[in-house]
Amino acid sequence: MARRSRTKTAIAEQDPAIRKANFAEVCLGYTIEEGQTEAIRCLQCKDAPCITSCPVMIDIPGFILAIKEGDMQKAADVLGKYTNLPAICGRVCPQEKQCEQVCKLGMAKNFEPVAIGKLERLVADWALENQDFSKLIQKNQAKIGKIAVIGSGPSGLTVAGDLAKLNYEVIVYEALHDSGGVLTYGIPEFRLPKRIVKKEIESIEALGVTIETNVVVGKTITMDEIMDEFDACYISVGAGAPNFMGIPGTALNGVYSSSEYLTRINLMHSYEFPKYDTPIKASKNVVVIGGGNVAMDAARSAKRLGADHVSIVYRRSVEELPARIEEYHHSVEEDIHYYWLSNPIEYLNNGNGDLSGVKCIKMMLDKPDESGRRRPVPIKNSEFIVEADTVIEAIGQGSNKVLLSTFPELKLTKWGYIEADPKTGATSIPGIYAGGDIVTGAATVILAMGAGKVAAVEIDKYVREKKNTPVTTKV
Amino acid sequence: MNETIHYGDHMYKIVKNEQLSKNEYDFWIEAPRIATKAQPGQFVILRINEIGERIPLTIADADPSSGLIRLIFQVIGKTTAELSSLCANDSILDLTGPLGTPTEIKNYGTVMIVGGGVGIAAIFPIIKGLKQAGNRVITILGAKTSELVILQKECQQYSDELIITTDDGSLGMKGLVTEAMEQVIAKESIDCSWAIGPSMMMKFCTMTAENHKLPIYVSLNPIMIDGTGMCGGCRVTIDGSIKFACVDGPEFKGTQVNWDEFISRMKQYTDEEEASLTDYQKAQVIHHG
Repeated sequence: MARRSRTKTAIAEQDPAIRKANFAEVCLGYTIEEGQTEAIRCLQCKDAPCITSCPVMIDIPGFILAIKEGDMQKAADVLGKYTNLPAICGRVCPQEKQCEQVCKLGMAKNFEPVAIGKLERLVADWALENQDFSKLIQKNQAKIGKIAVIGSGPSGLTVAGDLAKLNYEVIVYEALHDSGGVLTYGIPEFRLPKRIVKKEIESIEALGVTIETNVVVGKTITMDEIMDEFDACYISVGAGAPNFMGIPGTALNGVYSSSEYLTRINLMHSYEFPKYDTPIKASKNVVVIGGGNVAMDAARSAKRLGADHVSIVYRRSVEELPARIEEYHHSVEEDIHYYWLSNPIEYLNNGNGDLSGVKCIKMMLDKPDESGRRRPVPIKNSEFIVEADTVIEAIGQGSNKVLLSTFPELKLTKWGYIEADPKTGATSIPGIYAGGDIVTGAATVILAMGAGKVAAVEIDKYVREKKNTPVTTKV
Repeated sequence: MNETIHYGDHMYKIVKNEQLSKNEYDFWIEAPRIATKAQPGQFVILRINEIGERIPLTIADADPSSGLIRLIFQVIGKTTAELSSLCANDSILDLTGPLGTPTEIKNYGTVMIVGGGVGIAAIFPIIKGLKQAGNRVITILGAKTSELVILQKECQQYSDELIITTDDGSLGMKGLVTEAMEQVIAKESIDCSWAIGPSMMMKFCTMTAENHKLPIYVSLNPIMIDGTGMCGGCRVTIDGSIKFACVDGPEFKGTQVNWDEFISRMKQYTDEEEASLTDYQKAQVIHHG
């Protein structure tokens, strides 16, 4: 056997000089041969720590062993036992903070961890190309019950897929015209191609899940109607209401929330205007506020739309940056400029109601706050102006009140999210479960999926107890 | 794989369409769920086809028994032009709603309701609702010229008094709706008022009402994308704080609206809108030879 390489097997990426002008995927993925080379690096630990640090507990050594043996179908089957969305998670999970962080190979001096995410992606992409979806169709036996899932993001899709496998009739209600939630309107094509999202959702529909789009629960249909018609319900509407800093000039033309900017681009294809009808402004100088993945996505999208200068203004330093490190590196390669330890205090008006610049102030880091991160405080008389015709605020989202305001019986936390037991997803109302960002606040795709997996098991238990149906199937 | 799931297989069929004036159209569309739930003051977001944009339109009327909703719109750009070209039995791809917070319908006493241009379609359900709630309803309909005074008969049916104004005097009194408002206020005591129409008209109606300390509600029509509160594209400043018209509105107290900012934000995409319409019109000419 070849010697274990110290570093991860190199992966092909689009050249930064070319890719910063297109929306095609940056990372091109492993070939099967490259994947096998990487799979050999796995130590096949008996007490594999990578499994326990994966929110859906994938048998990681198991699927990697199958790759090593060249049995892609087996690798896909192993993944399929644990995750309904592997092609997505392989791409967008922060593996460096999860499975790969605890990889024993990575613990060894001078060794990088196994590229678990890239291997997951390889298998999932292979499966989407080669698997026969008709095989997924569940045997037509009497359904145990009927479950409504509200929201078709990663958490809702996971619950739906798992409950369909458990022989439930599942209907997913989606407010937008396309399913996928943040996978569809939030994460850009260059990180997560929409054909992958579509295919992965099709594989969930093949399990027998029905997705109804253009249904705003609370408006189009009410929670009362859902509770009458269904045996249980899972609320996974995400944290989709954008926050604005509210500094002077927020109403100027050219000031966007990241949600609007990314929705126009990803969901509405405004980067293909006028072939698609939704416009977006062609900008010269773009300033993005924030340091999370959403800020990276917005900045890199603005660059691809042809902006000359794109800067990110972040109030802390690179060490505190919440974005994935891989995306930060990609952004730097694509000429995104950073103003560290800086915060906007005013958006400037060119006199016609259009944005002309962002007035910022320098910050310094004080003692750590409750979150453990050092608190940024402004430095007096350190204001500076960045010229800008577009500013995008990516400072986080809160809970959307459209459904919750019509359902006052449901208990919320003091931050306005749904109060749900983290171990079960149960809410204050029997039969109503919740998970994902609407419970935790904006978090990650994989945590939302993990919550969905947990809730699916609990919903199954709840319905069986209610209906007195004994357990006959297992996931 | 059942493809009908994804796109609803053009579920939203146009059942009746009528041209009301040179640029105004009256459609009845199949949307049973929306028809059951729609209340005065609410709107839908529609998308014609897969390359289409999402546009908001007020629900002008709804018939739960037949599952139809009525949309009245003016051709002002590419999407409305394209929509106007559709015929009965054609379908649109996406229709979402009812969206927004409904008008507070109750018995106020005597109410004055002002509609301008295509805004008349938006006030019609409010007139109907307020009349059915027992109010004395005084309606003022204003337009540039007589042919643009739409829904005259329907509004008449639910109004105790109906005043029509036209800019050119071709129907009713010659002049602006604000002059009619002054006349009404001079002769009777009004408890609450509404104004829906072009933003300038709503701004001036607000000023008129404010002079007489008369409460006034307006319905704002900013640029919208999702219409469900997840993007903030439709944000407006109300009484000094940021509100999203799609969920907090579209109805607000006129006196609390920052009108200059609202009117300025409406112009964000003027250039792109023009380019899109021109492209569409060129394509139509080529298509039809």
